[in-house]
Amino acid sequence: MARRRHFLATAAAATLALTACGGASSGGDDDGTIRVAYQRTAQFTQLEDVLEKAKTEYEAANEGRTVELVPIEAEQDQYFTKLALMNRSPSTAPDVIYEDSFQVRSDAAAGYLAPIDDMLAEWEDWPQFDETAKQAGLGDDGKTYGVSMGTDTRGIYFNEQIFAQAGLPTDWQPTTWDDVLAAARTVKERVPGVIPLNVYAGRAAGEATSMQGFEMLLYGTGDELYDADTQKWITGSQGFRDALGFYDTVYSEGLGPDTSLMLDAALGARISTELLPQGKLAMAIDGSWLPGAWISGENEWPEWEQTMGIAAMPTQNGQDPGRTSMSGGWLLSVGSTAADPQAAFDFITVALNRENALKYDTENSQIAVRKDVAQDPEYLAYNPSFEFFSSLVPVTNFRPATPDYSQISANIQVAAEAVATGSQSPEEAAQAYDEGLVGIVGEDRTQAAG
Amino acid sequence: MTTAVTTHGPRRAERTPARRGSGTIVKLAPLLPACALMLVFLAGPIAYALYGSLTNTALSGYRAADPQFVGLDNYAQLLSSGEFWQSAWLTLFFVIASAVVGQNVLGMAVALLLRVALGPLRSFVSALVVTAWVLPEIVAAFALYAFFSTDGTLNAVLGAVGAGDTAWLVTFPMMAVVLANVWRGTAFSMMVYGAALSEVPPDVTEAASLDGASGAQRFFRITLPMIRRSISTNLMLTTLQTLGVFTLIWVMTGGGPGTQSSTLPVLAFQEAFKFAQVGYGTAIAVVTLVVGAVFAAVYVRVLKPEVD
Repeated sequence: MARRRHFLATAAAATLALTACGGASSGGDDDGTIRVAYQRTAQFTQLEDVLEKAKTEYEAANEGRTVELVPIEAEQDQYFTKLALMNRSPSTAPDVIYEDSFQVRSDAAAGYLAPIDDMLAEWEDWPQFDETAKQAGLGDDGKTYGVSMGTDTRGIYFNEQIFAQAGLPTDWQPTTWDDVLAAARTVKERVPGVIPLNVYAGRAAGEATSMQGFEMLLYGTGDELYDADTQKWITGSQGFRDALGFYDTVYSEGLGPDTSLMLDAALGARISTELLPQGKLAMAIDGSWLPGAWISGENEWPEWEQTMGIAAMPTQNGQDPGRTSMSGGWLLSVGSTAADPQAAFDFITVALNRENALKYDTENSQIAVRKDVAQDPEYLAYNPSFEFFSSLVPVTNFRPATPDYSQISANIQVAAEAVATGSQSPEEAAQAYDEGLVGIVGEDRTQAAG
Repeated sequence: MTTAVTTHGPRRAERTPARRGSGTIVKLAPLLPACALMLVFLAGPIAYALYGSLTNTALSGYRAADPQFVGLDNYAQLLSSGEFWQSAWLTLFFVIASAVVGQNVLGMAVALLLRVALGPLRSFVSALVVTAWVLPEIVAAFALYAFFSTDGTLNAVLGAVGAGDTAWLVTFPMMAVVLANVWRGTAFSMMVYGAALSEVPPDVTEAASLDGASGAQRFFRITLPMIRRSISTNLMLTTLQTLGVFTLIWVMTGGGPGTQSSTLPVLAFQEAFKFAQVGYGTAIAVVTLVVGAVFAAVYVRVLKPEVD
């Protein structure tokens, strides 16, 4: 009898569980709630601050509507995965999405995002956005799928105190890769216990390895990943092998972080909150947003202005234009399953109005894409590194904006990690990348380097 | 016990031959909910995974919106990929080293030793071993990460004798995860074997020793054959559980460095969620399923648990 009752209880529990699954609310219902999915990590809370401010303002102006903030707590790499999984089911797909510019085409092609051209046309602030910002939101079909929050560039941060100790100039500006390597060797020799140079190499670091690491090198060789004219991906380029050769030199000579640190998924966070502020890392090829965390917030480091120097990334042999950089940036997009796309878009216009864009661009060290913010004296005075990073805009490069990029980027990370850990030579890793590339886009969409 | 139930059925059916059919249905009826649940929660996902592995579904891009049926392409690609074969060998090594050899042999050894141990020592050791088993997988994984990591416990201890600078998780990733899985899973085998050993009638072994059988002979000729069914069950359970280990490896090494500790579950996760190739990742998961089925079939055939 006791067994029987136990069985009935189990059956009842199972039935309850089943009905609970079926009864989950679907995203199609318009209950007046706008769900906003965005990234939050221990050192990236500036976005949440702006969204919370925008939530208060939007809810005050729109009676009966609520904004539900859905933070995704993950490093960048996992953020994409979690977001994609949310987007795959209408019951979890968010209405407003914090979206990396390189994912826009891919996610638009996947049908996760809604085109917003009609609504943009009626937004009085839209003409304030510069041309790059407008380009960043375009999908394969030429429609706009997001509003840019700001852009960024990348350079080499170096610790002037360590440089002084090593006898290197504190107004250092390398003109070739060899200059960078020479400085790293000097630091290794004269300041023991300090990691000379970080160039992201681990798969766990995700897009940072592709963009702050590999592409900063590749785009300084004269070769590129993708030929925009023929719309084909390039295989077998010398630049690709040379960029991997740089990794080989850095990691085989012990100029980079040790393997366990290199493979740490939280390496990016540790660099900005720990390795640089504590003087454990001499040089870091990294993004223009780092000072954002140092200026205010939990990881405040007021001494950064006296400690850190910033240099532009040189081209391989100093060839024109002498300096190089990569630019990305993030957008706010409307989810394709949003019950009320207009309401979702209205929230975006509040989050990215002049006042809030200024708040975000200053606090998160973004290069402003709104003309009225870029010219604002408050913006220009806020962070002394803005001037330098903005000066890189003329030489900067953008990632190939195709729906396949995210998968190809993952293959770049595999190649970089294989070389940095010493399991493959640059030639072998480049070969493996070419094979992977053909597997993703097909033979007919690749071309051998000329 | 099972024989009693099965002879009961036919005898009753003989008495009322006319109601034989309906009687069977009535008797099988209580099984229906269980069967339905199995179909929905077990067969359903497996069938869906099989179908998914025949498509080129991706997480994003055009193939997320409109995946194509690609037949056996994923499997063809898989079988010609060096990474897959490396991963398959690593999985085999992981299962044999940590489950078949590690957990089973060590579990049996601990169970045998505990039988001759003194009371307080016995409770102390079993409590210690079982603690590793009781810990949730993620907690155990972090504990072992802390133990093996470069500035972790192991190196701190070794540092005392002047040898504490090996990056265990980087230099010997497979050794680290195998030891971790042995540490975590031995308690299960120990408990199964402890129970099985206590079921062996002492008079049988006593008779053997009177006939002049040595300790080793008694163990291999008498005890082992008598607990054969427990061994078979235990091998099957530990093998299948080890085959599915993901969290432990993911937390400790992330499948790396490179792909040096990417067993099949880790590779499937990487392909599906890191490289966004859901279809391809699913194909790897299906292969893992098949490997598990092969192991199970081999145990059932070789150890013949049903023959008495």
